[in-house]
Amino acid sequence: MNRRIVIYMVGQIMRLESALLLLPMAVAITYREFHGIAAFGFTAAVAFLIGMTLIGMTKKHDKVMFAREGFSIVTLAWILLSLVGALPFYLSGEIPNFCNAFFETVSGFTTTGASILDNVEVMSKGMLFWRSFTHWIGGMGILVLMMAIIPTESGRSMHMMRAEMPGPVVGKLVPKIRDTAKILYIIYLVLTAIEFVFLLIGGMPVFDSLVHTLGTAGTGGFGIKADSIASYSPYLQWVIAVFMVVFSVNFNLFYLLLLKRFELVLKNTELWFFITVIAISTLMISFSIMPIYGNYGDSLRYSFFQVSSVISTTGYSTADFNMWPSLAKNILFILMFVGGCAGSTAGGIKISRIIIMLKAVYNNIKQQYHSRSVSTVSIDGKALDQMTLSRVTNYFIVYMLLNVAVFLLISFEQWDFETNLTATVSCINNVGPGFSKVGPAGSYSGYSDFSTIVLSLAMLFGRLEIFPILLAINPGNWIRPRKLR
Amino acid sequence: MKVIVVGCGKIGTALVAGLAEEGHDVVAVDTDPQVIEEITNIYDVMGVCGSGTDYDTLLEADVQNTDLMVAVTALDELNMLSCYIGGKMGAAHTIARIRRPEYNIGILPQHLGLSMSINPEQLAAKKIYNILQLPFAVKTEMFSQKSFEIVEMILKEDSKLVGVHLKEIRSKFKQNFLVCAVQRGETVCIPDGDFILCQGDKIGLVAAPSEINKLMRALGVLGKQARNVMILGGSRVAYYLAKMLSSWSFSVKIIDQDRNVCTELSKVLPPKTVIIHGDGARQELLKEEGIEMMDAFVSLTGMDEENILISIFAAVSKVPKVIAKVNRPELISMAQKLGLDCIISPRKIVSDVVLRYARALENSKGSNVETLYKIMDGKAEVLEFNVSSDFEGKNIPLKDLTLKENILIGGIYHGKKVIIPSGFDQIMAGDKVIVISSGWHLNDLSDILQTKGVKYE
Repeated sequence: MNRRIVIYMVGQIMRLESALLLLPMAVAITYREFHGIAAFGFTAAVAFLIGMTLIGMTKKHDKVMFAREGFSIVTLAWILLSLVGALPFYLSGEIPNFCNAFFETVSGFTTTGASILDNVEVMSKGMLFWRSFTHWIGGMGILVLMMAIIPTESGRSMHMMRAEMPGPVVGKLVPKIRDTAKILYIIYLVLTAIEFVFLLIGGMPVFDSLVHTLGTAGTGGFGIKADSIASYSPYLQWVIAVFMVVFSVNFNLFYLLLLKRFELVLKNTELWFFITVIAISTLMISFSIMPIYGNYGDSLRYSFFQVSSVISTTGYSTADFNMWPSLAKNILFILMFVGGCAGSTAGGIKISRIIIMLKAVYNNIKQQYHSRSVSTVSIDGKALDQMTLSRVTNYFIVYMLLNVAVFLLISFEQWDFETNLTATVSCINNVGPGFSKVGPAGSYSGYSDFSTIVLSLAMLFGRLEIFPILLAINPGNWIRPRKLR
Repeated sequence: MKVIVVGCGKIGTALVAGLAEEGHDVVAVDTDPQVIEEITNIYDVMGVCGSGTDYDTLLEADVQNTDLMVAVTALDELNMLSCYIGGKMGAAHTIARIRRPEYNIGILPQHLGLSMSINPEQLAAKKIYNILQLPFAVKTEMFSQKSFEIVEMILKEDSKLVGVHLKEIRSKFKQNFLVCAVQRGETVCIPDGDFILCQGDKIGLVAAPSEINKLMRALGVLGKQARNVMILGGSRVAYYLAKMLSSWSFSVKIIDQDRNVCTELSKVLPPKTVIIHGDGARQELLKEEGIEMMDAFVSLTGMDEENILISIFAAVSKVPKVIAKVNRPELISMAQKLGLDCIISPRKIVSDVVLRYARALENSKGSNVETLYKIMDGKAEVLEFNVSSDFEGKNIPLKDLTLKENILIGGIYHGKKVIIPSGFDQIMAGDKVIVISSGWHLNDLSDILQTKGVKYE
């Protein structure tokens, strides 16, 4: 493997992180939080030093990159990013346990939004901003950000993009990868700005609007209040609920809107499937919770917010859905697996994978019935090749195994079945809250360091969609040729 | 500039690579999803899976906003149809690969609206023909409406140039020329005055075409022209080459192991061409046909490996000029390491032609580069610039200009006068300048200057 380019790229990412850390530092300066300024300043310096060292070590490198280099870069970059990103929490003493700080940061970058904090409201403004800002960075991806702003030397950076962007098929919007990355980030920025304005109009304080916009955009879900979004006005809840759905739609569709290719957007199977699932779930849950809230308007609002929060894998909440009837809870649990559309900032299995698998299953059943029938799986009028199909089914199998493995590993603790199961599913799908003790009102603080690390890794696996990490840690990747005599 | 390449076979891939490297927005179209995946993995281009004649596929490739569409699938008819549809849908310029010469005659090209049609085999044959006329050169290239010529040659041990300081080169030979690029081993550099030439260097010389013969005589390399040529493999390139050669006074012998091919060739080629049916890989046969007596040996079979190995045999048999056709780029450098200096690659020739066309198009869209040529296996570039009146370095003797490293001014076209410049010449507004560079991406003439650095000698 071409180690030098892997190290070089990771160095670039660290340098980028040091620049990004200056933003929360600015927030800390604004609010005169001196321990925060010191923590962010020190971390930025550390990240810069690590970055410059790594880049300096590998100034001369071969630009050739294959899939394994791409996977290794993404995996190493994300792990190092989270380790360094955890330093401010740890150094400022606001999260004294480093494992917990790591969990919190991974949860941020992977846009999970699961927290080990029992009381968020005591955190300083700088830390709260950094928490939500990690959502924003991790949502679209830091390597994609790097490709958008730093000129890539190799035409092969597609491998990195593919490893970081979610979804079964990652394509380009325009021929050049740098332009594609730029377009994605411009769409992302504009949508973020629009939501920010909507929240400001609704009377949300500036800092709150900023933090919640960043959290929604990355479909992350770190709040700054103990009851998440519940204490804000219904208008603000609607805005956030709608934008959570917007950010879990495939960004390619926004680009098509810009190109005025409306017919392609309207015919998009994934979008319709997504909207249908949201509509049906919202209606079913609102009927089920009607007895609690009494009137139809409120229960519809609560139901839509929770559905959009869970299916977009954000994790904000306006109600403690832990207290809801089991029909509502079960639907939410199922939605955790579903996730948003491919090519968005959401996690989960992804709608397009589900459509592909359903169609493949249908074809297979038809095959068994008419044993000589020949059929092809196609989406939006485009036939999928066998390779993509088997990758999707393989992904599903490995994904299920991952759920089982994580569930087993955290089962050593004295927690109930529901807590462990939903914690596992919620972390792997980057949702955030689960049920019972890890429900919207609870936190992950009760887990031991071991389980915290396991769940952190589960979130990373979920965000990068398993295979990049699996392939990067494959030992065959890292061997050197022996010196034979 | 937006370019669509339809068909990603050997030539298509080479084109995609070249165009992407020059910074164009490239969309590759092919029917095989595997090929598309591969190509998007390696190059920074977008892939669209589908047929180039398919309306929806072309729509997805955004043909309406495309500046140039190139169709290079294996089928002439498909290429012509793709270009026709693409042109009608809005592609500004279209280039099709058309191998059958009969399609290029008559009303068809005009009615298809093609900007250019390419016949790779014919281009390759022309290239080989040029080399056979100047056998001491590895490659020759004409610039600026044939006012400058660059000759690439390899310095043999008895060459008068070995051990010469480039500073003294003009006074020593009393000729008007420049050494504009040197390849030593794998690296190519644009030499300055302190450079000393070595045996085994591959050098590029710039001179006026009318003076080439005089120059070569002064350098002691002008030998006799080749007369007896043996061609291995009765491919299309061989047919075109044999036809060109026999119209001049060359005597040509073609060997092919397929009797039908031989019969076909014997029908279409002039009767003085000798056509042998037999396996050219057999050394016995080559000897029987007198390989030792040949002035030149050209290996044009369909197999790169066979061409390389048999050419090595020919070189060992002391044939003065050996040319091998090698298509795969990886094998080209291998073959050069094995001692074959003269290698022809049709796919590279095609991609050079298309790249040149793309450059010219871009030029008409605002860039100041007139035309671009690649020399030394694509490791150095020759660019033509028009000198505008705001160029900082005008009216300054070249020796006082500070240029970036690996950049040289190889020629100045002053009015109708062709100047191979020395340090005392100056660039004036309205001139055309030829710049040779390696490792830079130049878009404007002022890009060659730097405030501190090497001085022009």
